[in-house]
Amino acid sequence: MIRLVTDDLRPPEGPPKRHLLSVADLTRDDVERLLGTAHTFETSLERHVKKLPTLKGHLVVNLFYESSTRTSSSFELAAKRLSADTLTVKSTGSSVDKGESLKDTALTLGAYDPDVIVIRHPQIGAPQLVARVTDAHVVNAGDGKHQHPTQALLDLYTIRKEVGRLDGLHVAIVGDVLHSRVARSLLQAFALVGIRATLVGPPALLPRELPAETTVEIEAIRDADVVYVLRMQNERMEPGANFVPSLREYTARWGITPERLQPGQRVMHPGPMNRGVEIDPRVADSPDSLITSQVRSGLVVRMAVLYDVLTGGPVGVQALAAAEVA
Amino acid sequence: MLWQKELHGANLVIRGARVLDPAEGIDARLEVRIDSGTIADVAERVDANEHRIVEADGLVLAPAFVDPHVHLRTPGREDEETVASGTAAAAAGGYCAILAMPNTDPVVDSAATLGALVEAARREAEVPVGFLAAITRGQRGEELTEMGELAETGAVAFSDDGLPVASAGLMRRALQYASTTDRPLALHCEEPTLSHGGHVHEGRVAAELGFAGYPSVAESVAVERDLALAGYESGRVHVLHLSAAESVGALRRAREAGVAASGEATPHHLVLTDDAVRSLDPNVKMNPPLRAEQDRLALLEAVRDGTIEAIATDHAPHATHEKEVPFEAAPFGVTGLETAFAVLYTHLVEPGVLTLETLLERMSAGPARIFGLDRPQISAGTPANLVLLDLAREWTVGERPFRSRSDNSWLLGSKLKGVVRMTLAGGGVVHE
Repeated sequence: MIRLVTDDLRPPEGPPKRHLLSVADLTRDDVERLLGTAHTFETSLERHVKKLPTLKGHLVVNLFYESSTRTSSSFELAAKRLSADTLTVKSTGSSVDKGESLKDTALTLGAYDPDVIVIRHPQIGAPQLVARVTDAHVVNAGDGKHQHPTQALLDLYTIRKEVGRLDGLHVAIVGDVLHSRVARSLLQAFALVGIRATLVGPPALLPRELPAETTVEIEAIRDADVVYVLRMQNERMEPGANFVPSLREYTARWGITPERLQPGQRVMHPGPMNRGVEIDPRVADSPDSLITSQVRSGLVVRMAVLYDVLTGGPVGVQALAAAEVA
Repeated sequence: MLWQKELHGANLVIRGARVLDPAEGIDARLEVRIDSGTIADVAERVDANEHRIVEADGLVLAPAFVDPHVHLRTPGREDEETVASGTAAAAAGGYCAILAMPNTDPVVDSAATLGALVEAARREAEVPVGFLAAITRGQRGEELTEMGELAETGAVAFSDDGLPVASAGLMRRALQYASTTDRPLALHCEEPTLSHGGHVHEGRVAAELGFAGYPSVAESVAVERDLALAGYESGRVHVLHLSAAESVGALRRAREAGVAASGEATPHHLVLTDDAVRSLDPNVKMNPPLRAEQDRLALLEAVRDGTIEAIATDHAPHATHEKEVPFEAAPFGVTGLETAFAVLYTHLVEPGVLTLETLLERMSAGPARIFGLDRPQISAGTPANLVLLDLAREWTVGERPFRSRSDNSWLLGSKLKGVVRMTLAGGGVVHE
């Protein structure tokens, strides 16, 4: 009822910068454009020379306040494949250890005039803060339990590639939804492309108010085309929180085993996996698992995101032609 | 129980205003003469006596406001607020009396600390200010403070505001002992094992954004517990910053059952819902959190029917650098003294949700009654505690610097209607 965006919270002057902060900011057209661009890049990666000159002379800063393998390595490789310069700053071993605030770290890195800042941070809204105080295009690589938009995009890309379509599919998301930025981003992305979602897990890990069907019954995964398994986030489970009595009991009641899957059901997981906890190793390594495909999609989708925030459109013919010359 | 720096009693005649004092049953175009800070005459025509004349055509003259819930941050965080700056902000907001909470550093839990504040108020308070003292030493929830000596030194009431008294047994002892001082307990009702780690009301917004939820029931079970104890011990309690419909229901039932209980609501809980948190602006982060629309409507209904007798700002200044961080890292609290009347007038009175009379009563006579303060009133022989309001004029929050040392207002940049043109507090003109 009251406009809360205050003057000093507005972005700096000039035309609005293209950021990727939340799936909530995307339209179906945006998603289609990004997936299309990713597909173009995937084709280009099949060539002998995998590097494209597309973002030559651009600087991409990766600012990571949380540990990450997949996301940080794929963003770095994506930038390099597009010929951008990259700079990776991790909170440990930097001035963050000395208590420097996020604002000051962002201002410091902003002084190098980066074109893109990719940020992962344990707190909700950190990417929005960086977008306010710097002139860079900001890409959210995960903020607290809030959003992980590139994960949602790469999952859509994977599903379309492996299942052949998005519209009308049914995906069961199983496990610790409460602490999962992946689940939140996926729900919004699924709504954009017409995928039906069912959330399955123990009651304390299923927020009641999310706009999706929720159930504690693991049998509910039976009807799903894809079973999306979430990591049981040990590091977020404080001792005595009692979300579940024990991991052993969680596995017995909600773990994804071959016996609980139907023939032809595909399985996804954002990683890192706790094998033997939320997912049986036989499932993880089965031909129905799309987990490695997700990692491959991560690279091309992140290339597409970097390209898109900087250029604002799909890969043009010229860009590809230039790639061939290179 | 209230202290203010020495000031000259005003000699004024205010004429042309609509004089509105709901508690006195006055609503008429009258002239008011003030001699040396005391209201000398209220009539259709008063003798000017060579006083300065304030032409107030088109303005409303009302009893000035009383804020029972302010954080002055002194001692300890004088960079955020001082007695001087906080009371100057109060003057600008139309207040003639404010009560300051004891959750400072050190906590106001001894006569020495309270005495130093009283001295500071005598030196620098622009408007009369009173102080609450802590219920427990260091607000640690373990041992009672020396309430007898604190009351003698001037404590208006006792509160561990900012933190709940987690132990039911200790709360019972506090009720028993506070009764010997004839001072109410002002209660921050929060069950910490339910609110634990929560930043945002547990509802759809928190679920979608991924914030740890601070459910309504974390407040209402504590309200129910404390009202039950107050009833059992015949104690006097005031429930601070009510936010949840369930808590309001509990307060209404307790009052009907004869418990000596009162309650307050803040402007932000009366105007905003948790939907505002979607902005991720740390200036909409407060404890208790903004709740759902049904909660807001329940608070409004309780303000209307008198279950909630007071509107309190819970003015909580914070340094800019501490709020310029991601939402979860930011401290709870927003400022409110300089915007309270205007935001409530704009969003509740103008649309017809609340009458101007009720708003004025809940911002003045209501809180004064709860804490045993003299009611600001427009009648001859009483000290001039008056506010002159321009209801037609619009302004933008932040266009002029705040008198408060902090600017963590959720209304920065908002257009509001209703300007405080003049405040008289304790007989003197403190804002013009």
